Amino acid sequence: MTDTATLEVRKLRPSDLGRLSTVGLRTRKLRAGLSALGIAIGVAAIVAVLGLSSSASAGLLNEISSLGTNLLVVQNGQTRFGQTAELPKAAPAMIARINPVTSVEETGSVTGNAYRSPLIPTIDTNALSIATSSLGLLHTVGTTVAQGSYLNAATAREPVAVLGAAAAQRLGIDRVFPGERIWADNMWFYVAGILKPAVLAPAVDSSVLVGFPAAEHYLGFDGHPTTIYVRAQSGHVDAVDNLLGATANPQNPNEVDVSQPSAALVAQADAQGAFDDLFLGLGAVALLVGAVGVANIMIISVLERRSEIGLRRALGATKGHIRVQFLAEAVLLALLGGAFGVGIGVLATAVYASSRHELVVIPVLAWAGGIGAAILIGAVAGLWPALRAARMSPTQALWSM
Amino acid sequence: MTLMTSAGRVPEVFGAARVDGDRPRPLLEVDQVTKVYPSEPPVTALRGVSFTVARGELVGFVGPSGSGKTTLLHLMGTLDRPSSGHVRVTGLDVEQLSDRELAALRATRIGFVFQQFFLAEHQSVLDNVADGLLYAGVPQAERRARALDALSMVGLEGRPHARPNQLSGGQRQRVAIARALVGSPAIVFADEPTGNLDQATGQAILGLFEDLHDLGVTIVVITHDRDIAARLGRRIEMLDGQIVFDSADKAAVSPMPAPRAHSSGKDHRP
Ligand SMILES: Nc1ncnc2c1ncn2[C@@H]1O[C@H](COP(=O)(O)OP(=O)(O)OP(=O)(O)O)[C@@H](O)[C@H]1O
Ligand SMILES: [Mg+2]
Repeated sequence: MTDTATLEVRKLRPSDLGRLSTVGLRTRKLRAGLSALGIAIGVAAIVAVLGLSSSASAGLLNEISSLGTNLLVVQNGQTRFGQTAELPKAAPAMIARINPVTSVEETGSVTGNAYRSPLIPTIDTNALSIATSSLGLLHTVGTTVAQGSYLNAATAREPVAVLGAAAAQRLGIDRVFPGERIWADNMWFYVAGILKPAVLAPAVDSSVLVGFPAAEHYLGFDGHPTTIYVRAQSGHVDAVDNLLGATANPQNPNEVDVSQPSAALVAQADAQGAFDDLFLGLGAVALLVGAVGVANIMIISVLERRSEIGLRRALGATKGHIRVQFLAEAVLLALLGGAFGVGIGVLATAVYASSRHELVVIPVLAWAGGIGAAILIGAVAGLWPALRAARMSPTQALWSM
Repeated sequence: MTLMTSAGRVPEVFGAARVDGDRPRPLLEVDQVTKVYPSEPPVTALRGVSFTVARGELVGFVGPSGSGKTTLLHLMGTLDRPSSGHVRVTGLDVEQLSDRELAALRATRIGFVFQQFFLAEHQSVLDNVADGLLYAGVPQAERRARALDALSMVGLEGRPHARPNQLSGGQRQRVAIARALVGSPAIVFADEPTGNLDQATGQAILGLFEDLHDLGVTIVVITHDRDIAARLGRRIEMLDGQIVFDSADKAAVSPMPAPRAHSSGKDHRP
């Protein structure tokens, strides 16, 4: 009756393994805490770097999407001979006929600069360019009037100007009052209003805007648009983009530049949110140090707990039971460090981002990656000590006590 | 003390009797066992040791330091394998079992008691005892219920939630004995269980072993206290890796001075 069939090794229940994995932590709290600290610091650094950069770019990305990503900008390019090309006067009307196009507005650059007063010498580089502007421009480029009012059908015929946000700042004008004027190409223009920043159209931002009729009458403007702002139905933006060159200048489509400013800005925002490599590197080094710390503490723990290992083998533990216990302990140790690190990283991001009135954004990659990395580190760092604990023979473990 | 437990159950057979034909097979068979430690120089700790232990016996091993008692206990308890010869526990030959099967054998059929108690200080007395069933696949609730039964067998049922460091040495060893008993093992091995205790407490622990023996538990105790050994039902004396006397062997004559008179009292409780 030699029934080896009943000699069946039982797996540890998950709850029992969970309890076993805390033995080392509960009996040596301070040491466990200190050894998990390296991992906590590493994870905290990585989470904070990723969180801060995401928070910084999130604000800009939000603004861009609120301004719409369906704006297309058509500009006069260059001729084959390297000269500035001209857009046909009919280009805006032609573009407006493309079906998914919802609005078309134009500006045209005027030779001559604007100054605060005639006393400023013309070679002053602080001179501002003057541009004609169609009447619906603001809505299309996604900005509004900050002060005063924009051009209307009446003021577009008069020597009246509206200042882009950057232009107003450079002229030193922060307030619109009756009778305020600027010196534009040898004559006074009255200032009707100041615009808010036009994020998608920096050219508008830095221009002094006047009406088409006024420009033709007072400033010798030739009537050719230089920039055409087009809004297309979202979903058709790329299709419209492809048609714009040939539509704007059927004779020389190559002399037309078409761009999507939101795309460029998104790229820029992403670049602004690019991780700080130095801090990420430091975080990685801290993680490595943390891993060594966990491995070290686990090796010491295995040596110190020889009699526990011996007792467990006497109670019927297999090598596998011992191995999984110590491996679980190392993973738990690292996991605690990782969780603590994520907490610190999130807190640091929240404090810093909200002090700069930014959105607090913690990318999933950051916290899930931090936890995942900690688990992995625990497993790797704990493997060798766990194998060592399992390899110890029962008599060796019980001996010399 | 009674076999009836707090749960109202009678603990199952201590010592699953293996019947071989008509004759009951010995619970433990040690057959021409030698053990050589491959140290430098090699140490021969056991030289051709043979004996059997029947179900329900209480056996004491005595002998001077270095005579091979612990080595023999580790072999009997399947913690180590003999260099030659055979060890059979509950009829199973250690040589034919894998390490995993030996672990399962220890988990279900063998109990150990050590001189140093080996209790986990961060756990209650109850959980220390319950851990005796940890590797036998018993769920925690049942482990605790059976631990209470085992504690009542050693007279500690009143303090299941105490920590080991709140107990006296004798009480600690009782906890360790309860842990060895909790799985109702076929055989219990105790290596110098009184070695860390004073004389009176040691006598009381021995009284406990005698009580357990009366309940049918098979126990092998190592000691180098000859007074203690004299009280045990069967005494085996070791010297230099060999058995020099076995009181079960009618013809045997102890080479050592005769032990003092057998004390009959069994009420050795602190
Ligand atoms: N792992 C080992 N490696 C080498 N030699 C060993 C080992 N374990 C025991 N020995 C030797 O084997 C012999 C028997 O040792 P053992 O521990 O079995 O004696 P013991 O009778 O239990 O002694 P004590 O009463 O001091 O506990 C001793 O000479 C000892 O030095
Ligand atoms: Mg010994």
